[in-house]
Amino acid sequence: MEKNINITLKVWRQRGPQEKGAFETHQLENISTESSFLEMLDVLNEKLVKGGQEPVVFDHDCREGICGMCSLYINGHPHGKDTEVTTCQLHMRRFNDGDTITIEPWRSAAFPVIRDLMVDRSAYDKIMQAGGYTSVNTGGIPDANAIPIPKTIADEAMDAASCIGCGACVAACKNGSAMLFVSAKVSQLALLPQGKVEAAKRVKAMIAKMDELGFGNCTNTRACEAECPKGVSISNIARLNREFICAKLKD
Amino acid sequence: MATIDSKIPKGPLAQKWTNYKNHQKLVNPANKRKLDIIVVGTGLAGASAAASLGALGFNVLNFCIQDSPRRAHSIAAQGGINAAKNYQNDGDSVYRLFYDTIKGGDYRAREANVYRLAEVSNSIIDQCVAQGVPFAREYGGLLDNRSFGGAQVSRTFYAKGQTGQQLLLGAYSALSRQVNKGTVKLYTRYEMLDVVIIEGRARGIIARNLVTGKIERFFGHAVVIGTGGYGNTYFLSTNAMGSNGSAAMQIYRKGAYFANPCYAQIHPTCIPVHGDIQSKLTLMSESLRNDGRIWVPKKLEDAKAIQEGRKTANDIPDEDRDFYLERRYPAFGNLVPRDVASRAAKERCDKGYGVNNTGLAVYLDFKYAIQRLGADVVAQKYGNLFQMYEKITDENPYEVPMKIFPAIHYTMGGIWVDYELMTSIPGLFAIGEANFSDHGANRLGASALMQGLADGYFVLPYTIQNYLADQIQVARMSTDLPEFVEAEKAVQDKINKLMSIRGKRSVDSIHKELGHVMWEYVGMGRTKEGLEIAMKKLKEIKKEFWSNVFIPGEANTLNTELEKALRLSDFLEIGYLMAIDGYNRNESCGGHFREEFQTEEGEALRQDDQYSYVACWKYTGENSDPELLKEPLDYEETERKTRNYKN
Amino acid sequence: MWLTKSSVGRKLIMSISGLFLILFLTFHMSMNLVAIISDEAYNGVCAFLGSNWYAVAGTAVLAAGVFVHFAFAIMLTLQNRRARGEQRYAVTENQPKVEWASQNMFVLGAIVILGLAVHLSHFWAHMMLPELVGSEELLLSDGVKTYAATDGAGLISYTFKNPVNVVIYVLWLCALWFHLTHGMWSAMQTLGANNNTWMPRWKMISNIFATVVCFGFIAVVIYGAIA
Repeated sequence: MEKNINITLKVWRQRGPQEKGAFETHQLENISTESSFLEMLDVLNEKLVKGGQEPVVFDHDCREGICGMCSLYINGHPHGKDTEVTTCQLHMRRFNDGDTITIEPWRSAAFPVIRDLMVDRSAYDKIMQAGGYTSVNTGGIPDANAIPIPKTIADEAMDAASCIGCGACVAACKNGSAMLFVSAKVSQLALLPQGKVEAAKRVKAMIAKMDELGFGNCTNTRACEAECPKGVSISNIARLNREFICAKLKD
Repeated sequence: MATIDSKIPKGPLAQKWTNYKNHQKLVNPANKRKLDIIVVGTGLAGASAAASLGALGFNVLNFCIQDSPRRAHSIAAQGGINAAKNYQNDGDSVYRLFYDTIKGGDYRAREANVYRLAEVSNSIIDQCVAQGVPFAREYGGLLDNRSFGGAQVSRTFYAKGQTGQQLLLGAYSALSRQVNKGTVKLYTRYEMLDVVIIEGRARGIIARNLVTGKIERFFGHAVVIGTGGYGNTYFLSTNAMGSNGSAAMQIYRKGAYFANPCYAQIHPTCIPVHGDIQSKLTLMSESLRNDGRIWVPKKLEDAKAIQEGRKTANDIPDEDRDFYLERRYPAFGNLVPRDVASRAAKERCDKGYGVNNTGLAVYLDFKYAIQRLGADVVAQKYGNLFQMYEKITDENPYEVPMKIFPAIHYTMGGIWVDYELMTSIPGLFAIGEANFSDHGANRLGASALMQGLADGYFVLPYTIQNYLADQIQVARMSTDLPEFVEAEKAVQDKINKLMSIRGKRSVDSIHKELGHVMWEYVGMGRTKEGLEIAMKKLKEIKKEFWSNVFIPGEANTLNTELEKALRLSDFLEIGYLMAIDGYNRNESCGGHFREEFQTEEGEALRQDDQYSYVACWKYTGENSDPELLKEPLDYEETERKTRNYKN
Repeated sequence: MWLTKSSVGRKLIMSISGLFLILFLTFHMSMNLVAIISDEAYNGVCAFLGSNWYAVAGTAVLAAGVFVHFAFAIMLTLQNRRARGEQRYAVTENQPKVEWASQNMFVLGAIVILGLAVHLSHFWAHMMLPELVGSEELLLSDGVKTYAATDGAGLISYTFKNPVNVVIYVLWLCALWFHLTHGMWSAMQTLGANNNTWMPRWKMISNIFATVVCFGFIAVVIYGAIA
C-alpha cells in the first residue's frame, strides 16, 4: 500500500575522472513508496536546483528497464537489492522509513567515472565493434525462413540476447570481468546458424578486445549472474570458454 | 503559396518504387568514399541508415546523445514488427499490408510511400534474421507470428516482448561492424544543436559534446535526421527521458516544413499515473490485447466501490463486466487500432466507470486466457511483460487484472519529406519517427519498427544517392566557412542567454506545466476553445521559461540541466505547433480527435472534402505564427471510407 | 601464446593444473586410507613410492603443477585487483547466490599452500628427501627410535600424537574442502564443459568429491591421533 517515507541518502559526488570524489549526505522527506528510485532522485535534484546547487548526475533514459543506461550501485548491489530489475525499475517500496541509502557509481577500471554517478561504458561498444556482429551487408539476403532453427535454440539465443549492456556484471564482479556481457553476445550468435559461420573469428576478436581494455579474469563467482537485471546465465560463459578454446585449438 | 512537390514517381502504384530505382541516379564506389554523410540518431532508422550507407562505402558520421548507440529509444519497442510475408497463409499480401496501414492511418498518409513501405517490409525480416535477431519460432523451426491491432491477419514478427531491443541490437551490430571497418565514425554523448546551410543546401551540423560542453562543427555533403518523435512535449509519455524534438525544430527554423504536428498517438495500454513526481509512463505491449480482455464494471456502483477500495476486480462477476471493445467493435474486438481503443477507454472513464483510485484506468484481464491456455502458455508469451508490470505496480497480473490507461506514445507528425525522404531543404533528409511520411493520422501497432528499418535499410540508401550523384564534384568544405561560424555563434548565444536568466524555476517544473496544458487541451479529446486556451497558455509558459528558468553550473562542461533546458525550449515551440495545427484541422482523424467532429456513436468524423491534405508548417520567425502549406493527398488505389472495425 | 596471453587461456591453465591436483589428491587420499587398514601395507606403499625414479619424476611434475597453479593464481589475482580499479565500494553486501568460497579462492589457496609446507616438513622431509640426498640425519628421531624413510605409518602416529598438529591438519583440510567445492565445478566451467543442465550436477559432484577427499584425509589424521 502507498505510504510516504523519510530517507537519508549518501550520494557519491565526483567532478571528473581524475578528481577525487566523496559522499554527500541528503535528507529526503515524504517520498511516496509508489515512486521509482529514479523519481526519488528527481526529487533530490529538484531540491538541489531550487537551492541553487548542481544536480547529481546519473545516466538514465528509457526508465522501463530496457535501454541499459541507468547504472547505480545501491546499498551494495548494482541496480539495488531487488532481483531482475534495473535501477529505473526499482521502487521505493523496497525501502523502509528511516533507511540510509548509499548510492555509488559502477566501480571498475574499465568504466571510469565521468561525473558523480555517471560512468564511461564505451569499452562495451569497443568489444562489440571487435566482432559482435554477423558480417552481412544490407540487402541480398535469402528468405528469413530459408534456414529453419529449432525453437529451443532460438529461445536460448533469445535469452542470451536479452542482455541490455548496462554493465552490472562488471560492477558486481570482484574481478571487474566482462565475461557475462561478452558471453551473451558470443552465445547468441554462436547458437544461430547465421552467426556460426564466423563464430571462431568472432570469439577470438571479442576476447582479445576485452583483455586489451583491462577487464579482469572470470573466477566463476556467479555474482554477475545473480545481479544481472535480465537474468543472463553463466552457462553462456561456459559456452564462450568452449568456443574460444576450440577456436584456438583449431588454429 | 509555395507549391509542394512530393516527387512521387509516375506509373501504377505497385510499380512506382521499382521504376524509381530503375531510373534514379547512383554514385559509383570510388566517389562514395569522397562523400561525407552526417546521420543524427542511432535508433532503428539512424543506425540502420548509418550501417547501410557505411556498407555502401560512404564516409558516415553518426551522432547520438546517449553513451552508446544501443540506448536509442527504439530499444523499448515491445510487441513486434509487421511484414507481408504471409507465412501463416491467412491471406496477407503487400497490398493488404498497404491497405491496412492506409486505413489505420485514417486516410491521411501518402499512398506511394505506404505502398513502398509494405513492399520492402519482407526484406527487413530477411535482413534481421541474417543479423542474428532471435525472432520467436515454431517447433518446426520456422518463424512465428502474432496479431496486432487494426489487422485481421497475423503478420507481426516478434522476439519475446523485446522486439525493438533485438532489432535495434541487430542494427547496432551492423553499425559496429562498419565502425570497425572505418566507414562510420561514432560520436556518442553529442547533441546536435543546429544544421548548417550553405547556398541553400544542408552541409553540416553544430553539435555539443555533452561531456566537455564544447560546441563543435561537422561537415557533411548531406545530413540525415533520425532523431525520433516529440512525444515528450507532454512531459509524461512512454518516450525515454532524453527523447526530444530539438533536431526537428532546428531544421524547421532553418526552413524545413513541419508536417501534421497534431497527429500524436495515444497508446491504450500503459500503466496508469501514480502521482505528482512521476517521470514517465510505462507501456504495456499491444500484443497483450491478443489474449487480454479489456473491461470496466457494467454498474456505476461497482466502479465507485472499486475506486473507493471497497471492492476489487475479482469481486465483479462476469455478467457485471462490460467488455466495451468487444461490445462496440465485434469484428476486431480487443484488437481495434490504438486511437479507437484509447478513446473508448477515455469514454468509459469520463462516464465514471474507471477502476483505480483516480478513476482513470480500465482492466486488462488475463483470467480468460489463463482458463483457456493455462498459466504456463500465458507466461511463455507474456512472462517478461507480466514481470515488468509486477515490479512497477506490485500487483500480480496472473491473479488480478492489469490496470491500464492511455498515454502519449508516438508522433505520426514530423518533418515533411518527399518520396525520397528529403525535407524541403536540399541535402537534408529525415527518417523514422522524425519524419511524417507513412502513418497518416494514426500508426498501427508494429509498424514503427517496420518504418524505421525500411527507411534506414532499404529506402534512404537508394534515394540519397539520387541527390549525392550531383554532389560528387563538391569537395569537403572547411568548417571555418562563415556559415559554420555563424551557426555556432547563434547556438552559443542561445546557451549564453539561457544561462544568464538565472530565474527561480527548474527546467522540469516548467516542463511539467507544459505537459499539463498539452494533455488537458491538446490530448485525447480536443476542442476549438480548448486549443485557443492552449495557444494562449503556451505563450505564457514560453515567456515564463525565457524569463524565469534557472540553470545551475557552467555551460562549458557537462550540464544536464542545460541539456534539458535546450530541449524544453524546443518542446515549447512544438507544443504551439501542435495546438495551431489541431486548431486548423476542423475534423477528427486518427490521433487527432476534435470533439466537435464525431459521429453519433462517438467515432472520428473526417472532413475529406476540406482536410484531405498534409498540413505543412513553414517557419516565419520567432514571434509570428507559421505559414500553412498544403500537400494534397490524392488516393488512386484506395477508396476513402469511414473506418469500420465493427463488422 | 594464447594460453598465457588471453584471459581465458590463463584460466584454462588454472583449470587444468587444478584438475591435475584434484587427481593427485584422489590418489593420495586413497593411499592414505591404506594406513587405516594395515600399517604394513601402508609402509609397503611408502616403500613403493620411495625415491624410485618414477616417484621422483611424479613428485617433480606435482611440484610443477602446484607452482603453476599458484603462480597463475597470483598473476590473475593481481590483474583482477587492477581491473577492479582503485576506488572500492563503500558498501558491499553479499548475494546469497554467491558462494563464500568462490569469493575467497586465493586466500583459501594460500592456506592450502601453507598447510602443504607444514605437511611436507612433517612427512616428505623425513621420507623422500633423506633418500634423495642420501642423508640419514634428516630421518626423524624422537629420541626413542629413528623412523625409517619408508615407515609412513610410524610417522603418522608420531605426528598426530601431538593435538596441535591434529588441529592444524583439520583446519587445513577444511580450507581444502572449501577450495575444492568451488574449484572443481569452476574448472569444468572454464573448460567449457558446463551448461544449465550440468551446472547443478557439477556442483553436486564437486561437493561430494570434496567431502569424500577431505573426510578421507581427516579419517587418517584422527586414526593417527587415536592409534
